Amino acid sequence: MTLNEEVFKFKVEVILKKGVLDPQGEAIKQSININNLGNILDVKQGKLFELTASSKNREQAIKEVERICADLLTNSVIEEFKYYEVSE
Amino acid sequence: MIWHKETTLPKVDLVVLPGGFSYGDYLRCGAIAAKSPIMKAVKNFYEIGGFIIGICNGFQILTETKILPGALIPNTNQKFICKDQDLIVANNKTFFTSNFEHNKTISIPIAHHDGQYFLNGPEIEELEQNEGIVLKYRDNPNGSIKDIAGVCSKNKRVIGMMPHPERAVDKELGSISGLRMFESVISNF
Repeated sequence: MTLNEEVFKFKVEVILKKGVLDPQGEAIKQSININNLGNILDVKQGKLFELTASSKNREQAIKEVERICADLLTNSVIEEFKYYEVSE
Repeated sequence: MIWHKETTLPKVDLVVLPGGFSYGDYLRCGAIAAKSPIMKAVKNFYEIGGFIIGICNGFQILTETKILPGALIPNTNQKFICKDQDLIVANNKTFFTSNFEHNKTISIPIAHHDGQYFLNGPEIEELEQNEGIVLKYRDNPNGSIKDIAGVCSKNKRVIGMMPHPERAVDKELGSISGLRMFESVISNF
C-alpha cells in the first residue's frame, strides 16, 4: 500500500448456477429434514470470500474485484457470483 | 518433466498434463494450477496446433484454462471412486483413440472425487455435433452428463479424460487398453 492508496473491503458470494447438481446441499437438506430442524425445501451450498483491496479509489478496487471474481474465484460454466463492499 | 513455475516449453511433439491433486484441489479442482506460469505456454502451444493430453487432474486443468469445454464437479455420490471402469470409444478419429474400433468397450481405471463432467444444454449439443465426445462411461459412476469420460477440442488435437490410461499398460495391471492409446499417439506422428 502506498500513501495515495485506500483500503476497501469486499465480500464475494459464489453459488452454483441453476441446473448444476449440488450433492452437498442435498445432503444438508436431508439432515435438516431427518432431524426435524425445519421445513426446508432446498439447500444450496456456496462459498464466501473476504477480499481486502488496496487501491487508488473505489472504482479501481471494484474493477479489480470483478476481474478476480470472473478470472479465478468462479468458473462461469458452473458458478455465479455477487460482491458487495463492507465496512469491517 | 517441466516444472509449473517454468514459463516456456522446450520443443516437444506432445504435452501431457498428468493426474494428481494440484494445490490440494483448493478453490476448485485444477483452478489454481490453471493459473500456473507454465499454463500460458501450454495455451500458446494449443493455439499453434500443438497436441495435448490431460489426464484426471490434467483434464480438470484444461477445462479451467478453457482449452477444453465444460467443468469437472464432485461425483454425485460425494465419494472418491477408485476402480476399473468400462468405457466406450465414442470417437476413434483422434490421435489418442485411432487404435480402437468405434464403439468398442475398453477397461481403464478411474481414481477421482471430482469427475462429474458438466456442460450446459446448448454447449453440450455443440460438443456432440463437433464429435467432441471421445470416451463415454458404461454404467456411469459419477453422474457425468451424457456419460462423458473424455472430450477433445474442436481441432481434435487436445484430449482430456478422467480415467488413467497410464495405469492400464500391462497385462499384470489388468488391462492394456491404455497402452493401445499411447501406441495410437506414436502411430499418428
